[in-house]
Amino acid sequence: MADGESPAQESRAGGRPARLRARDRRGRAPEVQATDGAVGESPPSALLDLRDLRIHFPTDDGLVKAVDGLTFTLDRGRTLGIVGESGSGKSVTSLGILGLYNTGNAQMSGKIYLDGEDLVAADQARVRELRGSKMAMIFQDSLSALHPYYTIGDQITEAYLIHNKVSKKAARAHAVDLLKRVGIPQAARRLDDYPHQFSGGMRQRAMIAMALSCDPELLIADEPTTALDVTVQAQILDLISELQQEYDSAVIMITHDLGVVAELADDILVMYAGRMAEYGSSEDVFTHPGHPYTWGLLGSMPRLDRSRMDRLLSIRGTPPSLINVPAGCPFNPRCDYAARTNGRSETEVPALRPVGPGHLVACHLSTDEQRRIWAERDKVAS
Amino acid sequence: MITFIVRRLIATVFLLIIVSMVTFAIFVWLPKLGGQTTYGLATQYVGRNPTREAVLQVEQQLGLNKPLYLQYWHYLSAIVVGEHYNAGPATAYCPPPCFGYSFKSQQPVWPQMVSDIPVTLSLAIGAAVLWLISGISIGVLSALKRGSIFDRFSMGVALAGVSLPIFFTGLIALELFSYRWPIFPNVTFVPFTQNPYLWAKNLVLPWICLAFLYAALYARLTRAGMLETMSEDYIRTARAKGLQERRVIVKHGLRAALTPIITIFGMDLGLLLGGAILTEVTFSLHGLGLFTIEAVDNQDFPEIMGVVLLASFFIIIANLFVDILYAYVDPRVRH
Repeated sequence: MADGESPAQESRAGGRPARLRARDRRGRAPEVQATDGAVGESPPSALLDLRDLRIHFPTDDGLVKAVDGLTFTLDRGRTLGIVGESGSGKSVTSLGILGLYNTGNAQMSGKIYLDGEDLVAADQARVRELRGSKMAMIFQDSLSALHPYYTIGDQITEAYLIHNKVSKKAARAHAVDLLKRVGIPQAARRLDDYPHQFSGGMRQRAMIAMALSCDPELLIADEPTTALDVTVQAQILDLISELQQEYDSAVIMITHDLGVVAELADDILVMYAGRMAEYGSSEDVFTHPGHPYTWGLLGSMPRLDRSRMDRLLSIRGTPPSLINVPAGCPFNPRCDYAARTNGRSETEVPALRPVGPGHLVACHLSTDEQRRIWAERDKVAS
Repeated sequence: MITFIVRRLIATVFLLIIVSMVTFAIFVWLPKLGGQTTYGLATQYVGRNPTREAVLQVEQQLGLNKPLYLQYWHYLSAIVVGEHYNAGPATAYCPPPCFGYSFKSQQPVWPQMVSDIPVTLSLAIGAAVLWLISGISIGVLSALKRGSIFDRFSMGVALAGVSLPIFFTGLIALELFSYRWPIFPNVTFVPFTQNPYLWAKNLVLPWICLAFLYAALYARLTRAGMLETMSEDYIRTARAKGLQERRVIVKHGLRAALTPIITIFGMDLGLLLGGAILTEVTFSLHGLGLFTIEAVDNQDFPEIMGVVLLASFFIIIANLFVDILYAYVDPRVRH
């Protein structure tokens, strides 16, 4: 496929207005960059550096392009929110980073640099070593993601024992510490409980403890709060951000819930049909989003400042099949503004282009037009 | 856990009583409804050309002229405490567990059944070990190499195994390995205590034939179970931890896939312990299966009732065992 991403991506070394970094809790220099197409060029400096990652699955019905050319970087201590509907490729991206598709029939190409090491090219044993130690994952439904036949303690110590040469006793003591750290009362006693004896929130905490057992530098949370009620959701999110600051790890937060990313993420990546639709600091994406799909996502989110009589706006249509991604802009059949592109949206894949410092949008609408439409929508909404 | 076992044991006793009622009704009450007289029943014990006196004496002695509920009571109590048959001049004591007297041999049923148990036990347990090992390992490999030549081949063989009856595979095995190439020349039962080597050697053919039948089924079940569990979320979690694939498969996959197999295994083993009828007939092994066939042939109701009760006992015990094992394997059942 020839996607027409322009090679003329800006590479911003600096000079970014500090105010855009208002959400940067640590006041670090803005290091996160989204570059494009620079495969095999500059050496990776960030902790995680994805370059043109593609994960395709051949099936009987055709090639499923679950992830189709994803490029971004993420540094220690920062949180990236990946947002999109089901089937947009968010989870595949995260499992791909962990190397869980390296076997089987998936076709992976591109680069995943973790601390300078390319995981796509690395051998299986090496990726397995890194998995669970340097990078770990928190899964969404803790009841089905934890093994029903083993105690919480078994499952946490198992993760620790694989990567560390310590006695079972030491691993157990470590597990107790971890459970205490994630806020499970009577940790030593609960260690011998089975997952079904935990409440949903506690189980998710145990899962976080398991992911943290080897102090991972990259933590991927795949919809960590979907199965939880709202108060528990907030606790879990607080816990994750607290732990992130403590361990100084990079976090990828995968979600379809914009509320979650608004709370936690420094940067937001909006995915659609396996590609990047928009990328920017969460302030940029929330205050002046440029992609019609992002507008749709924001419009479908309830807001306190909106009149209660208004209906939530849904995005019409359904996400495209990843086998037959619509020609041109993959979003065009569902886009209310496709008509304003003089037919380009149906023929030409929109390139990712900067609409502001560090803010990329893959849309045929001109930046001015995007601004104008969003201003209108925002006014109508509030 | 203990209350669980005790509760199940009490239930077991009740279940056995119900089974005994049903068998008693079928073999004693139904013939009566069908016009069988007490005299006729007693005649069966006496043999050919019975004299009227002899028949009446047997009728007296075995209490066949008493009301049914009393007969049933005697039947039950005989099993528990034994029974004195001392009406008239002849007396006899049948020690517990007394299942009455055989029509044909006029001997107590129980000692004859007991002498057949080791044969069936050896046959069933040996075959079970074989089919568990082969069935489960083939099933796991097929699941892991799904769609491969190995998978297709073993599932094809499994299909054959499920479909071919034991009197077919058994006869072929006998023809080939007992007559043409006499590797296992005589399939006769030698007690384990007497000569373990001969015991095993003589049972190899029946074991393999019986195990083939079940291994086929177990391979298919294991394969299906493995395919299902290996796509569970917790397998993904195990991999995400960085576990080696072998440990993911055995510790996380197989453990969960085996639970349904345990249930079916309990049933199968219990059923077989009551007599592997076709296998025993094919290989002329005198176990409970042949005992049953002979009892049915001779319309020997006391023997049939005895073996039915014994077989249900085995099934119930096997299921009890499975339930306990299940609670041990799956913590969700325990709590």
